[in-house]
Amino acid sequence: MTVGTPKYRELGLTDSEYELIVEKLGREPNDVELAMFSLLWSEHCAYKHSRKLLSKLPTEGKRVVMGPGENAGAVDVGSGYAVAFKVESHNHPSAVEPFQGAATGVGGIMRDVFAIGARPIALLDSLRFGELDSVRSRHLLDGAVRGIGHYGNSIGVATVGGEIYFEEPYEHNCLVNAMCIGFAKIEDMVRAAAAGPGNSIVLMGASTGRDGIGGASVLASAELGEGDDAKRPTVQIGDPFEESKLLECCLELLEKGLLVSLQDLGAAGLTSSAGEMASAGGVGIDIDVAKVPLREADMEPFEIMVSESQERMLAVVEPARVDEVRAICEKWQTGSATIGTVTEGGEIRILRGEEVVGEMPVEALVDGCPLYDLEPAAPEGWIYGNRETLAPGASAKDELLALLSAPSIASKRWAFEQYDSIVGSRTVRRPEQADAAVLQLPESGNAIAVSIDGNGRRVACDPYSGTIDAVLECAQNLACVGAEPLGLTNCLNFGNPEKPTGAWQLDRAISGLAEACRALGVPVVGGNVSLYNEGPDGPIYPTPVVAMVGELPDPAQVAGDAFVREGDAIGLIGPFEPNLAGSELAKQRGELKMGLPAPDVAAVAKACHTVRDAIRAGRLASAHDVSDGGLACALAESAIGGGIGCRVDLQHLRERGCSPEEALFGEGPGGFVVSGERATLEELGATLLGEVGGDEIEIAAGDRSLTVSLADAERAWRSLPAQAERDI
Amino acid sequence: MIWGVLQFPGSCDERDALRACEIHGDGARLVWHESRDLDGVDGVVVPGGFSYGDYLRAGAIARFSPAMEAVAEAAAGGAPVIGICNGFQVLCEAGLLPGALLRNVELRFRCHQVELVEEGSGQRLSIPAKHGEGRYYAPEEMLDQLEANGQVAYRYADGHNSNGSVRDIAGVTNERGNVLGLMPHPEHAVDPLTGSTDGLRVFERMSRGALANQRLTKAPRG
Repeated sequence: MTVGTPKYRELGLTDSEYELIVEKLGREPNDVELAMFSLLWSEHCAYKHSRKLLSKLPTEGKRVVMGPGENAGAVDVGSGYAVAFKVESHNHPSAVEPFQGAATGVGGIMRDVFAIGARPIALLDSLRFGELDSVRSRHLLDGAVRGIGHYGNSIGVATVGGEIYFEEPYEHNCLVNAMCIGFAKIEDMVRAAAAGPGNSIVLMGASTGRDGIGGASVLASAELGEGDDAKRPTVQIGDPFEESKLLECCLELLEKGLLVSLQDLGAAGLTSSAGEMASAGGVGIDIDVAKVPLREADMEPFEIMVSESQERMLAVVEPARVDEVRAICEKWQTGSATIGTVTEGGEIRILRGEEVVGEMPVEALVDGCPLYDLEPAAPEGWIYGNRETLAPGASAKDELLALLSAPSIASKRWAFEQYDSIVGSRTVRRPEQADAAVLQLPESGNAIAVSIDGNGRRVACDPYSGTIDAVLECAQNLACVGAEPLGLTNCLNFGNPEKPTGAWQLDRAISGLAEACRALGVPVVGGNVSLYNEGPDGPIYPTPVVAMVGELPDPAQVAGDAFVREGDAIGLIGPFEPNLAGSELAKQRGELKMGLPAPDVAAVAKACHTVRDAIRAGRLASAHDVSDGGLACALAESAIGGGIGCRVDLQHLRERGCSPEEALFGEGPGGFVVSGERATLEELGATLLGEVGGDEIEIAAGDRSLTVSLADAERAWRSLPAQAERDI
Repeated sequence: MIWGVLQFPGSCDERDALRACEIHGDGARLVWHESRDLDGVDGVVVPGGFSYGDYLRAGAIARFSPAMEAVAEAAAGGAPVIGICNGFQVLCEAGLLPGALLRNVELRFRCHQVELVEEGSGQRLSIPAKHGEGRYYAPEEMLDQLEANGQVAYRYADGHNSNGSVRDIAGVTNERGNVLGLMPHPEHAVDPLTGSTDGLRVFERMSRGALANQRLTKAPRG
């Protein structure tokens, strides 16, 4: 620490925040209290720059079982069952140490889900790195993918989907967002609120060490810069075996009705879990740090309170049932210790044996952090760079091959084959078999589909429309497998909200998210915010990652995204208005600038209905939404996936005023490439584009017409391993 | 045919194995690793996963569990035992099967559908594999002996041996043929919705062996 700087500033508190703490306590806080306040009043825990905006989001819906404020959101899937889901960032730890950062991101999000009594059944990830020609990006990609695989595979939860984008603004600040889906009997679910003064507080799982101390304030709420290596000790270390035992143990305890409430220990460790439990229950809590099992004997009380050691859970247990709880912990060979009690009144007291080492009103600690208004201002123009990578005058064929081999578009098989996507016997559609992952739920006799999306480049071009586009893409992906959205969760990855541009991006994106969810009638059941994602070269692309869970009645009817039969007709459904703004082609040409066309949400919603109903009725052979790289890439992906070529003519789009290259490579929401019987496609109102067949991808688009052999297209699309594994 | 499926701390695929046994057989139950009780069980599945976190070495700790002692006795009595993935590693560590499993040649975990060829019949099976330590290894003389004895049960089809196993070996049996270990996951190939039903053939093969000799199908009481 720098001599002369007040300790509270080093811990991330402002002068006025510190004064407010002194006022609420009626005295100066001691070190234990200061450490606890600094963490719970950090952006990561208090959402102090985003909470006001988030109140715009629609959170109510008939199928919502648990909404924002719980460890995870949950929706009713019928027959007395619910599906819980949440996505959370682990960006800054992953930028410092990608393997452990990503692994513990997966571990953390699973604890959120089993904390409410749901068994984790699937994982997804949304990852962002710098361009793959950077050795740093290759290192981060490899580490993060290995870390995700290590944790998810070892614990036996299927990783069924996700997305990866590579863009220069993520070079110094990668994004690792992990999502977990859980399945529960609604009657077995628990909330996190502590209750019943006199009840015991039991800490379960791993012992507490010095790992991750200060993670929330030092890492998660400050920009990354020089000297990140010095922060390595603040990155947590994951142990999936410990979590596997803890998971089974907690689910058995809940099934036997032995717990009053349960909460995971994540950012800010014991401080936030105890504080939040007390706050939610309107009670106080006493914690005796001398009773916490430690890895290192000489830990200070403040270190014990803020440690982010992984694989720990906190439970409230009636005193008469503590022995039974501890016996089940022993069966699962996981630790347990009674470390405190629920008290009357609203104080959280930290004791070391008999000695009181900290005492604060719960209200001040958990809910007392001031919430800030942002001061947004739109930037003058495009604040990110432009890099031309495509040779000027490239032919349409070369452009298609360049797009297919762009790491953001190319097949991610290299990554997802490092994940167990099938454990649990629920996975009906594995990654790249369809636009959304499909999981069967034999218990409730139906299935769910899940998709996670968020194209930061488009959001950078227009945070409002770009965010709507992300929600629409998610909805379209669900429609492609016949699923109706039940709920949405999100992870808002943005730059510094205290800067006008960062504030503007956040404000506009949340408005777009609210608008899209309202128009689609999809409630937001939870979310996570990760701000201050900036490096020495500036902020990341504003990246709202949205994830939707939808329901479908019969998984046997689900079509894939690949062409199936020679001779099938190919059609385009939906209000697709291709535009080069924010597209992968514009990126490769170095022509990115502000602005996106405004999407027509109602029209896209209508097209989603059409596709969903057609899939459910088994009328389509394939369905694939038009996304990155436009119609040409969507057609190529369906052709490569099916191992069959296609012959199409984009004349119809051209008649509507599209230039040949807009028709080929323009992007935008609302387009579905479908295949099936010609008569069916006509009945569905599809624009007929052509026919499945042959071993070439042949697209007529005026003077930009192209023909590519399926083999060449596949070689380009499967080029990610060669690009990712260079020098590692 | 009633199957018992072992459950160690860190097992991952025990519920999948249970489900597969229920689809294929007359029922199945989990057997806790600390239990020697195989009462009423006709055959045993040692499932996939990361028993004891695979710390030390895959399968090296699980082999010392009381349940594995009971399995060794049952195997000696002729009961069918299938070790899948981590279960294969456990059976090799326990000395119930020959050879060992090493890290994949590419040094990465890989999950994908593979084609297997059933030795003898030549029947091809589509079954998923998912492991980081699945490269079958045994010394040359032992391999010759295994082949001579007909102990090689499954090989990866051409182009499907991604882990670098010697002689494309995906699964082996003990000399008597009642203990089978394989890296791919037949319990994940029992439902057309999740991709294939070819895994049922593996369970059928083992229960046929058991039923052919009713005298040996009851595991001894532990």
